[in-house]
Amino acid sequence: MFDLLGTKLPSRLLLGTAQYPSPAILADAVEASGTSVVTVSLRREMAGGRAGEKFWSLIRALGTRILPNTAGCHSVKEAVTTAKMARDVFDTTWIKLEVIGNHDTLQPDVFGLVEAARILCEDGFSVFPYTTDDLVVAERLLEAGCKVLMPWCAPIGSALGPVNIMALRSMRGHFPGVPLIVDAGLGRPSHAATVMELGFDAVLLNTAVAKAADPVSMARAFGKAVEAGREAFSSGMLEPRDVAVPSTPTIGRAVFS
Amino acid sequence: MKVLVKGAGVAGLTAAFELAARGATVTVAEIRYGLGGNASWFAGGMLAPWCERESAEQLVLDLGRDAADWWDTVTPGQATRAGTLVVAAPRDAGELDRFASRTSGHRRVDEDEIALLEPDLAGRFRRGLLFPDEAHLDPRQAMAALHDKLAAMGVEFRFGADAQHISGFDRQIDCTGMAAEDCGLRGVRGEMLILRMPDISLSRPVRLLHPRLPLYVVPRTDHRFMVGATMIESQSTGPVTARSMMELLGAAYALHPAFSEAGIIETGAGVRPAFSDNLPRVEARGTTVAINGLYRHGFLLAPAMARQAADLAFNQDETKEVA
Repeated sequence: MFDLLGTKLPSRLLLGTAQYPSPAILADAVEASGTSVVTVSLRREMAGGRAGEKFWSLIRALGTRILPNTAGCHSVKEAVTTAKMARDVFDTTWIKLEVIGNHDTLQPDVFGLVEAARILCEDGFSVFPYTTDDLVVAERLLEAGCKVLMPWCAPIGSALGPVNIMALRSMRGHFPGVPLIVDAGLGRPSHAATVMELGFDAVLLNTAVAKAADPVSMARAFGKAVEAGREAFSSGMLEPRDVAVPSTPTIGRAVFS
Repeated sequence: MKVLVKGAGVAGLTAAFELAARGATVTVAEIRYGLGGNASWFAGGMLAPWCERESAEQLVLDLGRDAADWWDTVTPGQATRAGTLVVAAPRDAGELDRFASRTSGHRRVDEDEIALLEPDLAGRFRRGLLFPDEAHLDPRQAMAALHDKLAAMGVEFRFGADAQHISGFDRQIDCTGMAAEDCGLRGVRGEMLILRMPDISLSRPVRLLHPRLPLYVVPRTDHRFMVGATMIESQSTGPVTARSMMELLGAAYALHPAFSEAGIIETGAGVRPAFSDNLPRVEARGTTVAINGLYRHGFLLAPAMARQAADLAFNQDETKEVA
């Protein structure tokens, strides 16, 4: 079981709920993936009070834990307001904190992120900050009260997979006791397996499943990849070698040359 | 058989036609005082089942492929059969391949052919997809034409009438969309603009692919262009938000910078009624047949739904669900 802030979760895959062909396909994908946490954005659906209520009740009906997010927020104030709204709507203190700094790359504004994290942690939230792989920013987020970090491995929705393995390794190495969830940039199940093999605690993804030709099968594939990657990490993988090492001994065999 | 059709959106009007054409005496009751203001009024009017298949189920293509024929037959001259052009900015070229792999009924077009199809887009896009069998119409003109046709067929219209208080009919067809008492329905908000730009002419809808904000521009008469449409999980009918407006204008500008000089002659927001599978339903309950959940496919799927509803109304002895 994956212990995330005291909550025991059967799956290490967290799934976003945006961009699916329909809520029915989303529900099937959630089930196929085996995920136990879904994220949901509130920002745009908020227009006009609780006008997004119908969709939110479909999300509640998925029966998973809900991690609301502040996707689309570009300032500390917006993010804090959205987080408070999310706490009311979903009755949870968990919040995936996004403060976007660049509209085009969706890169986090790490300065605003740290500030918003501090405000929300002081207010009793469990903040899951969407951040870069920068170690200093990660330190600041932990100082602000975050108990978990969500580094990107590539820009949101890019499907590039881990573009800087060294940075991810070093992050894992620096924060051995902090739950690290790779959020954003995963495109294929092998990407998810790769970061899980590096020892990350979980992955969060959305577009790679939602925009697949068959989101339900892709969700299942990601579920398996995350499980495989985690199991490989726990099983002690061989380090690469420069020479061939035969799996059966050659000594004692007849030599014909 | 006397039939009361509740709601004069595209579902109600097409159902009224199918029933009247089969000999029913039809009355259409609409709570609004005219044809405007409903989800249909803010629709794009694209009859584009092959493009829609990118994210919609096969059923949408199956039910929608004859829609242009229906509109041509019932309201001659309303549908323009010029296909759909799909383009992407060079840096989003991958989106074009993705779109092509998810759809059928298209062929690749290069820069030269794009220039032939849409001279005003010459030199702006290196490659695109043409869906030659698709069509488009102006929803407001098509609804007006259908209304006039129905009136000529003897269909009675009662505008500003609450159908709750009208009785004396053998069958009722509920086409009230979001107003229907159906807890399974949700609203998906769509925002649109109408621009007027005399310097640009387009012959067909152009879809601009973008990883996050896929939008389209549909030409209307008189150099007007409908730019749509956002897809937001919200029932809000409030005014277009600044952010949505910027996204819509950004798409128009990306299609052609001359749109920056266009006049914004209208902004609008409608709420699309949808079930959780985003597919439409025709259901019979007692003497009522309900058509709902047309989502973003009102003009595309209403003819097929209307035919199913008429079938049910004419031999209504069991409760069953179609589609």
